[in-house]
Amino acid sequence: MMDGPDQKPETVIRVRDLVTRFGTHTVHEGLDLDVRRGEIIGVVGGSGTGKSVLLRAIVGLLTPQEGRIEVLGQDVGRTTEDEYRRLRRRWGVMFQDGALFSSLTVQGNVEAPMREQTGLSPELRRTLADIKVRMVGLPDSAHAKYPAELSGGMRKRAGFARAIALDPEIVFLDEPTAGLDPIGAAAFDTLIRQLQAALGLTVFLVTHDLDSLHAICDRIAVLAERRVLAVGTMSEMLDIDHPWVREYFHGPRARAVAPSGQAKD
Amino acid sequence: MSASPDTAPPSGPAARMTLDGHALRVSGALRIDTVDRMATAQVPDMSGVREIDITALSHVDTAGAWFVLDLQRRAGAAATLRGASPAQAQLIETIRQNMPPDEATVERRAPFGDLLESLGRTSASYARTAVDMTGFLGQVIATLAVLVLRPRRLRLISLVHHMHEVGVRAVPIVALMAFLIGVVLAFQGAAQLRQFGAEVFVVDLISISILRELGILLTAIIVAGRSASAFAAAIGSMKMREEIDAMRTLGLDPISVLVVPRVLALILMLPVLGFLADLAGLIGGGLMSWIELGISPAVFQSRLLSGADVWHYAIGLIKAPFFAVIIGITGCYQGMQVEGNADSLGRMTSASVVLAIFLVIVADAVFSIFFAVLGV
Repeated sequence: MMDGPDQKPETVIRVRDLVTRFGTHTVHEGLDLDVRRGEIIGVVGGSGTGKSVLLRAIVGLLTPQEGRIEVLGQDVGRTTEDEYRRLRRRWGVMFQDGALFSSLTVQGNVEAPMREQTGLSPELRRTLADIKVRMVGLPDSAHAKYPAELSGGMRKRAGFARAIALDPEIVFLDEPTAGLDPIGAAAFDTLIRQLQAALGLTVFLVTHDLDSLHAICDRIAVLAERRVLAVGTMSEMLDIDHPWVREYFHGPRARAVAPSGQAKD
Repeated sequence: MSASPDTAPPSGPAARMTLDGHALRVSGALRIDTVDRMATAQVPDMSGVREIDITALSHVDTAGAWFVLDLQRRAGAAATLRGASPAQAQLIETIRQNMPPDEATVERRAPFGDLLESLGRTSASYARTAVDMTGFLGQVIATLAVLVLRPRRLRLISLVHHMHEVGVRAVPIVALMAFLIGVVLAFQGAAQLRQFGAEVFVVDLISISILRELGILLTAIIVAGRSASAFAAAIGSMKMREEIDAMRTLGLDPISVLVVPRVLALILMLPVLGFLADLAGLIGGGLMSWIELGISPAVFQSRLLSGADVWHYAIGLIKAPFFAVIIGITGCYQGMQVEGNADSLGRMTSASVVLAIFLVIVADAVFSIFFAVLGV
């Protein structure tokens, strides 16, 4: 976002020929994907197509059998311990249900990465964590609460606050709106959009939520047949002639959310 | 793990501040790693500053935006902010809207008051637990009473399964423990009694202490450790996954499905385990007396029969069903208290063991007084 307007968009995540296997079960075979700086990319696919696996491979939580994953110009699989630590600071991950540390309060959860990764004074840490918790729209009463005392939507917001605690360049969100009511989900979409703009984030969004795809994604990547079947904007997706893609973007639920004039049937 | 400078992302030139008349110029990169140093060391006297110029600021993150806003706050309301790029302005505006309230409004806490409050809360929660557990005991007894009237409602398979789990599987550890206690008693008793030439009384020592107290008490403690925790963990994890709620919606009563078979299994099996412990303890003591003091098994037996009244044995085993109820109720009750997170599951499981052992010992003390008053 800080780049000049004329620059060609920089690729911040580059996945090439990715192969991941669990035993004899192949999840990805020859998967390629590019993510550009400053965009919100939505990764969709049926259950079991390896959306979360892809996310975990990119952030280095699992090692792929073959292939090359570059994040911010560095090969995730071949970094030294030191390089990986530096790289890890430049992204934030929000797991499905927030994955908050249950023994810490919301405030403590957001402070945790700051405490581990920076030498901030406790007061400044508290202030900055305070700002982050407010930025994700949690009420003041939530700061001192433990994860078990929060609703699902609030846990997700707190998880998001922890993911952006260190002002990362890339944020990975694993199904941020799953399990939320439509109003809460829409509010979360807006939040992602706002913070993406304010902090200049690149957002890697794994989702099932067609509303999110319509509302906030710049581009969509469809995972099917063990690879990325198609990448493009929503309107490009609607033109793709592949049975699964058609079913997904033209099915009854898609028709219900498509803005009038976009669904072509 | 402490922070080290090499964890910082590559950054532009470090931020600098220069005071130029009424304008403060901030340049370079303002990041979370550098802001703290800036805030403590480099801030000049802000009283005369009318304008903060951030045109030359190459990079700013949330912490940097906070710093700029903090500078502005220190300079007073009259100071203006100049030269922010659109992206920076948007970020700074976002942070401005989310600034925490000033320290003054934050509630200060009194250490002594906190201590008093936590003492009060803890006492109240113990009282509540006592009341709740009594209520739970009442529910179980009521369900048991219904079972007496309608025995066909008893879940026999479940009962037998739990009898196997809490009873049969506990036999080796309980027997071994009692055998060793018998050995220890004989050994220690012999050393003392030999001084008086009263070795033969070691039989009385062993038989009375094991039959009356130690056999059943130590069995109950082991069973509390094994079974109270198992009950709490099993019921607690079901509670966590909403299985208990699911049961209720299907018209199944968790008390009669989960709690009664467990408690009943303990009531039936603890006396048996206590009996086996008595047996193993006497064998251990007898063996040690034979080796250490030369008291032959025949002498041990005749001494045992003449010296130890049957009441000693009876008093030990009378206590067993009561201990069983305490262990079963405590384990199941703590399991039912588990909330939606794994943290509380662990806490309740360990609490069940501690509480069960504690209550067993309290009950044993009460029984001692009771039997002393009765004179048996």
